[in-house]
Amino acid sequence: MIINGVEIEDTFAEAFGMTATRLLITADSPEWAATAAASLTGFATSVIACGCEAGIERPLGADETPDGRPGLAVLIFGMSAKDLQKQLRDRVGQCVLTCAGTACFAGIHDGAPLKLGGALRYFGDGHQISKRLGERRYWRIPVMDGEFVCDDTVGTTKAVGGGNILILGASRPAVLAAAEAAVAAMRAVPEVILPFPGGIVRSGSKVGSKYKGLIASTNDAYCPTLKGETRTALSAEVAAVLEIVIDGLTADAVRAATRAGIAAACAHGAANGVLKISAGNYGGKLGKFHFHLREVMA
Amino acid sequence: MSGLVLTLKAPPRQRIDLSSLTPDKLQGVDAAAIASLPLQCGNHEVAVGDLFTVTAGDPEDLRFVGDCGKFDRIGADMTRGGITVEGNAGAYLGHAMRGGRIHVQGNAGIGAAQEMRGGEIAIGGDAGDFLGGARPGEMKGMSGGLVLVRGNAGDRTGDRMRRGTIIIEGSLGAYAASRMIAGTILALGPAIGPYPGFAMKRGSLILLSRSERALPTFADCGRHDLAFLRLLLRALKGRTPRLDELANHPPLVQRFAGDQSVGGKGEILLWQD
Repeated sequence: MIINGVEIEDTFAEAFGMTATRLLITADSPEWAATAAASLTGFATSVIACGCEAGIERPLGADETPDGRPGLAVLIFGMSAKDLQKQLRDRVGQCVLTCAGTACFAGIHDGAPLKLGGALRYFGDGHQISKRLGERRYWRIPVMDGEFVCDDTVGTTKAVGGGNILILGASRPAVLAAAEAAVAAMRAVPEVILPFPGGIVRSGSKVGSKYKGLIASTNDAYCPTLKGETRTALSAEVAAVLEIVIDGLTADAVRAATRAGIAAACAHGAANGVLKISAGNYGGKLGKFHFHLREVMA
Repeated sequence: MSGLVLTLKAPPRQRIDLSSLTPDKLQGVDAAAIASLPLQCGNHEVAVGDLFTVTAGDPEDLRFVGDCGKFDRIGADMTRGGITVEGNAGAYLGHAMRGGRIHVQGNAGIGAAQEMRGGEIAIGGDAGDFLGGARPGEMKGMSGGLVLVRGNAGDRTGDRMRRGTIIIEGSLGAYAASRMIAGTILALGPAIGPYPGFAMKRGSLILLSRSERALPTFADCGRHDLAFLRLLLRALKGRTPRLDELANHPPLVQRFAGDQSVGGKGEILLWQD
């Protein structure tokens, strides 16, 4: 399959089952909501060392939030509900509770609940106030600029983490430009996040290492500087590769983002140095979700 | 199918417990059987048909027509459906109800919504004392649901109230939110009786007017724009025009914490114009 001169390799992205939740963060201004969300989703690129994967799903208008203020929807993915619970408590506690004027609400109400305000309320040292409005229970925690208001619990959902595409090109600037276009297109897809910096990852990894205790190491088959000395996956003309990792609430969302990303990268075309679209997998043995690129683009 | 209608023939001479006539209990009972159901009236029994004309209909939409001021415990323990009282209701309206809706077009007697756990009660006129409270000896009053009173409420509104929301559009009697444990009471009228929040432990009493006789055991915590009030007003949107009007402005309130005579952590929020 060739789109605009770019070869779509006959391979698949292999993704894993994860547990995810959505938070709605509001503040007095969109800027402060973005500040809190950036802090909350910082250092959350990979579960390998960050404990979770997180990103901003989309901005929310004042008419879309529970308290009528501007905000952002954030998705957080963990390997288990237990991992996610710890990350929620620590991240919301350190990055949203602390941020001027913010409030934090559940963006998913179904599924096994995780504690949100239920875990943070103790910060109120007995001055915290619980309020049940309709079906929802909120906590009011006194802080130095007023009160931090948040939902008692947030629901969870089974989700898909680790969907990906690889963009192979003739130069680093060419691949970066195509990856930036792909990221912009993928961020418009609902229910997905791209957890890496700017949505792009350059240090694709393989399982294992020559060093004991290191569970992942550089994917040498895709490192252009090793083309001559390792069993490479790159042809002679490929000078750079960038990956976009996709976490989504559903397999359909990941598939839609994959399709949008590949289409945007291919729109740059072979004429602009984009040579091939590929994907990372582990032979299909590790992850239960397989996204075959040619099927996705069919 | 229209509702099941019970039209009062003449007011009874003694008080009568009407808790046996709820949508739950009248499910599948035909009009003739309903007319023959016994009601306790003093030391003797009377049949429903002796007091009411029964017009067959859907018991999920149960209507009492006439002045039912002598009928107590209307809608007690109900879990679903609706009861409309086209007139006044007696004492203990909706006692311990768990779900469904009650609408009284006239006034309700003492102890309406006592120990209520869920559902909604709307009272077109006034409510008596101990609205949303607890029976004597009970430790917890209303613990869920919503009560809306278009008129005034009597004394001790929300006594020992545990959870839920009470809205009073008119004035509030003495000792509102006495011994309150949690929950929210909003009084939108211009007159607030003496000593609101007496022995209040937790919960929120939200007032649009100051009481002439406030307790000295509530500490002034200053003026604040409280974010949770936005959530509250949104949750109550469309219930009453005055609240919808308030939702158009930043929710600035003066916060008084107490009742400190009992180590309480409750609050009286006085809305600021």
